[in-house]
Amino acid sequence: MRIHCPNCGPRDSREFHYRGSAELIARPVPDADQATFLNYVYLRDNPAGPHRELWLHDGGCRSWIVAERNTATHELLSTQLAVDVKRGEA
Amino acid sequence: MRYSALQVLRNGLTGNKSWKQAWRNPEPKPQYDVVIIGGGGHGLATAYYLAKEHGIRNIAVLERSYIGGGNTGRNTTLVRSNYMLDGNMSFYSHSLRLWENLEQELNYNVMLSQRGLVVLGHSDGQVEALARRGSMSIMAGDDGVLWSREECRAKMPYLNYDDPRFPIYGALMHHRGGTARHDAVVWGYARAADALGVDIIQNCEVTGFKIENGKMIGVETSRGYIGAGKVAMTVAGRSGQVAEMAGFRLPIESQVLQAFVTEGLKPILPTVVAFGMGHFYISQSDKGGLVFGGDLDGYNSYAQRGNLPMMEHIAEAGMALMPMIGKAKMLRSWGGINDMTMDGSPIIDRSPVENFFINCGWCYGGFKAIPGSGNVFAHLMATGNHHPAADKLLLKRFETGNLLDEAGNGPTPNLH
Repeated sequence: MRIHCPNCGPRDSREFHYRGSAELIARPVPDADQATFLNYVYLRDNPAGPHRELWLHDGGCRSWIVAERNTATHELLSTQLAVDVKRGEA
Repeated sequence: MRYSALQVLRNGLTGNKSWKQAWRNPEPKPQYDVVIIGGGGHGLATAYYLAKEHGIRNIAVLERSYIGGGNTGRNTTLVRSNYMLDGNMSFYSHSLRLWENLEQELNYNVMLSQRGLVVLGHSDGQVEALARRGSMSIMAGDDGVLWSREECRAKMPYLNYDDPRFPIYGALMHHRGGTARHDAVVWGYARAADALGVDIIQNCEVTGFKIENGKMIGVETSRGYIGAGKVAMTVAGRSGQVAEMAGFRLPIESQVLQAFVTEGLKPILPTVVAFGMGHFYISQSDKGGLVFGGDLDGYNSYAQRGNLPMMEHIAEAGMALMPMIGKAKMLRSWGGINDMTMDGSPIIDRSPVENFFINCGWCYGGFKAIPGSGNVFAHLMATGNHHPAADKLLLKRFETGNLLDEAGNGPTPNLH
């Protein structure tokens, strides 16, 4: 499996660490209620198909990347720098 | 027909012509008291114990493929009870005791072989942690014996004792651990449940639920609508998707775990051996193949196959521990999809939907749990109360903070 890093190009997946669903970018405000944090910390959609997820390119440019990947086939569909995603949402 | 040595002899002498089909292949009825989704070990065991111990016999087990074609046929067949947290210990201990009487219970040879499971220690600290683990197992009513380096060397001369990075300092032997024949476990439960009147319906995929006022009343399937008093989900690997159809999310990511088998060899490995550095464990099947596995690939997957990096990592760990396996040719590798929970422990509980019960999150420990899981899940569904051996495997523990995190890794499913 290769992951296309927006900075470094297509790289072996061994250079990356996986951190799970990209919904982790949208951290609730500190005083959000317990149900909101339960949902954020523990609950997941877990789809069979396209999945937006976080990878850290720690064996390369050390950027956080948001990849869209098909969990049924391992096909990488698109990648963006997480910082761009976060700025886009702000 | 009751299986016995006499039957084997009689049929052997008469051309094996009078064996009967092991279970029926019925058409689904329009309504059942209990519908169980998933005809793997857990679903069939649940049906069996509901019928046997609780007298509920109007049950359908829906399997989208064929019996034995799912995760029960894709694991490394280990049976053990050497957990450490209150809540897990009682459950796996209960399950192991059921394993020990399973062949008599089901009248089926599941080839349980309590050949012992050895966990190695590679430093003083690790051996002391193993001593603690063994003591806790003994207190829970299970077993554990600490082996010194010399005892290990006498009993397992083929391991690499003087690896400069991972020398072997000692080991914890779990005598009642071992292996079982994975297919036979589902076949045995299927046959025994069928004999008690349970309908096993294969090639029947659940496509949706009928929920009225927050209450489950039936399931839509590829073979039509089936009404149900209660519905149970035992689809580990796919739990997230079934829960999605019922309208809620679970603390689970589905990830792929690879396993490997070598060509058949003469008997060389009498026990199960687990490396204490890196995650690698190995046993020898009755056909002679060395069956081994290690860590998850570490990302969400439903592909039932892994990638090369983890295969290399596991082969390297195997070579560090047991250099002789380098002479064996690898025959096959495969991947199974695991429900990885956020704390690494399973969930057996009610769900947010009334009359819908969930049994999921088996991580990579589902096979050894089959008898216990079916037994306590049937208890919950029939009596409405949690079985004392499984009263901490609750969905709400993620909300209340009563997590069962054996490794202490936090909400990172790929590390459990």
